[in-house]
Amino acid sequence: MSGLQELMRRHGNDRARLIDMLLEIQREAGYVDDQAIQRLAEGLNLSPLEVRETISFYHFIHDRPPGRHTIWLADTVIARMNGYKEVRKALEEACGCVFGQVDASGSFGLFDTNCIGLSDQEPAMMVDDVVFTRLTPERVRRIVTGLRAGRSAQSLAAVKDRDPTDSDFAAQLASSAIRQRGPVFFSPDRDYPALVEKLVTLLPEELIARVVDSGLRGRGGAGFPTGLKWRLGREAEGAEKYVICNADEGEPGTFKDRVLLMESPEDVLLGMIMAGWALGARHGILYLRWEYGYLQARLQRLLEEWQQARLLGADILGQGFAFDIRIQKGAGAYVCGDETALIESCEGKRGTPRVKPPYPIEEGYLGMPTCVNNVETLAAASRILEKGASWFRALGAPESTGTRLLSVSGDCDRPGIYEIEWGVSLNKVLRMVGAVDPLAVQVSGPSGECVSVARDGERVFCYSDLSCNGSLMIFDRKRDLLEVVEEFTRFFVDESCGICVPCRAGGVDLLHKIRLVRAGRATRRDLDDIRQWGALMHATSRCGLGTTAAKPLLTTLDRFPERYEALLAPDEGPLLPSFDREAALEAHRHAHRILTEDASS
Amino acid sequence: MSVNITIDGLAVRADAGDTLVDVAADNGVYIPTLCYQRGRPCLGTCRVCSVRVNGNVMAACTVPVADGMEVEVNDPADMRKALVELLFAEGNHNCPSCEKSGRCELQVVGYEVGMMVSRFPYRFPLRDRETRPKKIWLENDRCIFCQRCVEFVRDRETGRRIFSIDHRGSRSRIVMDVALADRMSDQQVREAAELCPVGCILQKGLGYNDPIGRRRFEVRRLRQRVLEGEGQ
Ligand SMILES: Cc1cc2nc3c(=O)[nH]c(=O)nc-3n(C[C@H](O)[C@H](O)[C@H](O)COP(=O)(O)O)c2cc1C
Ligand code: SF4
Ligand code: SF4
Ligand code: SF4
Repeated sequence: MSGLQELMRRHGNDRARLIDMLLEIQREAGYVDDQAIQRLAEGLNLSPLEVRETISFYHFIHDRPPGRHTIWLADTVIARMNGYKEVRKALEEACGCVFGQVDASGSFGLFDTNCIGLSDQEPAMMVDDVVFTRLTPERVRRIVTGLRAGRSAQSLAAVKDRDPTDSDFAAQLASSAIRQRGPVFFSPDRDYPALVEKLVTLLPEELIARVVDSGLRGRGGAGFPTGLKWRLGREAEGAEKYVICNADEGEPGTFKDRVLLMESPEDVLLGMIMAGWALGARHGILYLRWEYGYLQARLQRLLEEWQQARLLGADILGQGFAFDIRIQKGAGAYVCGDETALIESCEGKRGTPRVKPPYPIEEGYLGMPTCVNNVETLAAASRILEKGASWFRALGAPESTGTRLLSVSGDCDRPGIYEIEWGVSLNKVLRMVGAVDPLAVQVSGPSGECVSVARDGERVFCYSDLSCNGSLMIFDRKRDLLEVVEEFTRFFVDESCGICVPCRAGGVDLLHKIRLVRAGRATRRDLDDIRQWGALMHATSRCGLGTTAAKPLLTTLDRFPERYEALLAPDEGPLLPSFDREAALEAHRHAHRILTEDASS
Repeated sequence: MSVNITIDGLAVRADAGDTLVDVAADNGVYIPTLCYQRGRPCLGTCRVCSVRVNGNVMAACTVPVADGMEVEVNDPADMRKALVELLFAEGNHNCPSCEKSGRCELQVVGYEVGMMVSRFPYRFPLRDRETRPKKIWLENDRCIFCQRCVEFVRDRETGRRIFSIDHRGSRSRIVMDVALADRMSDQQVREAAELCPVGCILQKGLGYNDPIGRRRFEVRRLRQRVLEGEGQ
């Protein structure tokens, strides 16, 4: 086990690198065993349970063998609209075990996971290091047969002989359907060295003024003005400062950050360097969600190439500007998309959102001023450097300048990525994507709102109306909207970090309620409870996960009350309809059975 | 720098940056808390100190006061009550048989917010208890996951945590490192049991010492202790 000592040493025996260490151990051994946990704890001066605290938080770190081949099938509402259930059943039959288990021979482990950023090509699954999309029962049977016959997942995905550092590697696994291009993103043939050159001729204050002037606002959801964030970061005092690119992209239905990292990763790196220049930061971290592991080698190679070209490193273009970027892999937790949870995760800990204030821009990573920006924000900033603030400001709407990427999925002819100018209406977008008889649109994923096409079609995309974080899921008239609501509510229960009461405990109660409604055993009183409890979670939760977790219920109750009312039970008689008499008597029957069997034997 | 704020209409002067929940207490306004303790870092987990600040609901333990702040304590009272009710429904609380009864912060805050019964369905969870350490044990049925033990109890020699979290979300539990627990001094065990707001961390071989009627909060309610200080 001297290997472990060596591994810890490589990571500077630094507790903040714990997740990297765990993932490396897992890569070698398949999982992190008890002995490794003891050793890590000793080496990092932690109790073994503290190491387990990190392990047990993350979906993709195992403390027991997860099967020689580990299969993660994404359970999402979009997958469920496209044959997920049949695929799941086929997998269970082919692997000889049910989900959540490893088969008897230890060959296959089947696990559920939430959205993996492939909503325009679902059902989709991760197998070992690769992903498979557009699954059908036949296709998964063939894959499992291949694995059984000793072929690797890479070879079955036809990437065995491909170099994972190549720019087209990821495209072999997952397509990036860019359906509508626009002026800001994915522009070809950009001269990055010239742009970095241009950057370092600007004073940081000039750069900040330009970004302020462009009106660019954060694309990660909250819409905070990017120039202002950079200015606050510049003014904040700290021995070090950090720039973090948030590529956690966990919101179900969004995949635009993945496509940006596949098609234009240089834009993102340039945006990070700009933020570094603006703040006076020397270090950048690209936080890449675990589910996008197949992008990592390419990104790593790009970082090295930029280092060699002196676009990154100790002395960028000989101007005395030092800035480096490292990739931090996530390990499976939606809440780590929250900037403070993300910082905790970068420090090797559970992704528990921090108490605010202080905000990261004052006290973030390792207690130092930290600027967290979304992938798309940084890519947009890189175009502002090139084309100027007024060019950008002329696009879009007054308080929502520029364009934004939509990840479109669900009931439409052309799912994929669309670059739209802020200010277009929902109806226009629905026509653009070929929506078929749409009833409802989930704007911004589960954490956003479910709008009615009939009532909200003329609303426009902008920060003051449909402030979309990039996820757009379309549901037609035939869909069971309440199944969608149940799935989203379950998603939040699954992904709650559990640290605060309203979200940890309240989420479970809301999930019970929607199940009650769908079972036809709820009354009007239950709908009142949902509203009241949802308002409680919204008002009192510690982070954005808990404050939005009731939104699937609340926004559909508001827009589609008839879907609920059609299922209500009459509130009459001495018993509440929610009281399940059969279930309540089951314990008695069970006891009676035991007693009578005892008596007869 | 001193600032002016109002609490339920009452004009109050305070130092900028002081924590709202303390400022309120210093001015005779009791805001219940279950995780927060004056003088220790804010944990922000129970949310029971939620009040309205300039229109938005916020946990008063997380709010540094700033000039012109308008605070409403009365308005979100039902939300505070609901949060306490959630805690009672989430765990298993059977006060009459509990060692902490009469000394328990959850119980006294339950009285304080006027709770009679939980509006949330009681969950009756099955939770494992940790009984292996020699001097100390965990009755996890009663844990409210406040994080005091995780953040504030350390092994004296190595500085390592004795209490940690296992899992996430509604499956989260507090776990205790048995080897480190066995190195705790009697004094440290007593302090940990006192630190726990409920009857989850318990000292072995000791229980039900104070007779009914003479237990901590029966002698002097939590409200008095917060408003007038512990010593008086
Ligand atoms: C539960 C939760 C999940 C989030 N997930 C993401 C995410 O995946 N990507 C992202 O950029 N921002 C996410 N955010 C928002 C971030 O906290 C942060 O506001 C954002 O990264 C800031 O970047 P921006 O200013 O460029 O938008 C999330 C927030 C919450 C509360
Ligand atoms: S709201 Fe939910 S996810 Fe956010 S801190 Fe609270 S428990 Fe954790
Ligand atoms: S911990 Fe407190 S509330 Fe729970 S049973 Fe004991 S006395 Fe009652
Ligand atoms: S054991 Fe006690 S101190 Fe620790 S989290 Fe639970 S309730 Fe809080």
